[in-house]
Amino acid sequence: MTLIDLANPTKFLSLTARVLPWLAGATAILLLVGFYQAAMAPDDYQQGATVKIMFVHVPNAWLAMFVWGVMSLAALGTLVWRHPLADVAAKAAAPIGAAFTFLALVTGSLWGRPMWGTYWEWDARLTSVLILFLMYLGLMALWRAVDDPSRAARAAAVLTLVGAINLPIIKFSVDWWNTLHQPAAVLRMGGPSLDKAFLIPLLVMAVGFSLLFVTLHLAAMRNEILRRRVRSLQMMQASQQAA
Amino acid sequence: MTSLGPYASFIVTSYTLVAAIVLILIGWITLDYRRQKERLRELEASGVTRRSGRQATDI
Repeated sequence: MTLIDLANPTKFLSLTARVLPWLAGATAILLLVGFYQAAMAPDDYQQGATVKIMFVHVPNAWLAMFVWGVMSLAALGTLVWRHPLADVAAKAAAPIGAAFTFLALVTGSLWGRPMWGTYWEWDARLTSVLILFLMYLGLMALWRAVDDPSRAARAAAVLTLVGAINLPIIKFSVDWWNTLHQPAAVLRMGGPSLDKAFLIPLLVMAVGFSLLFVTLHLAAMRNEILRRRVRSLQMMQASQQAA
Repeated sequence: MTSLGPYASFIVTSYTLVAAIVLILIGWITLDYRRQKERLRELEASGVTRRSGRQATDI
């Protein structure tokens, strides 16, 4: 099966039916290994056991941005190449991205209270991630508000690309402004500054959560294709009844 | 496993919340799949067919 074949929703559905069980199994194994390693990781010399929140906070924060990146590529697919599955991919990714962003915000807040003495601070990193969360909700509302899927697709694609401006702001907010949030410790020039005892469980969790996203995204895309099939059959039924 | 120390409730709440939201996502996607398949079965039973001639529930 070539990449171009996947433009056909029926072929895409057949592929997802084959790969989803394997992806779900691999995700479950990686997340279980990740949770075990996180539980066994040593305490940090400053943060104590609170550092364990990092193993769920950081992968969710990475995915919050990554999912918007995937949606931005899909938006280009909708506007430039008019790929039939591009809008399906973007629409299916939005609620999953919103969930990851919500988890990044809440686990960050729960980590911040014991470490910073506050659940929330209106600093650049936290505020820009909150804006990302609100953009996810806005995009989901837009898809629901417009009845015609092709009109909704174009409007959502434009909004997604405009929203992508927020991604470098989130990434570099800790360098451009004074914030409570620590600077990057893994994806930075000169390599990760984290000790292996923390880095390995963190990377295992990050890969596990990324696989979780791929699994949920493919399943949600399959649902969206079926929803569009239902819609077109309902329209055919209505036109048959009218004739 | 080491003791979770004085901030155990923050750590446990974080992990519980992540597990809960992930389970909600999985449940929502699974239920949505069943709902769409059910709607396709109903449409097929009412005599509506796809332009390709394949069954509505065919993948």
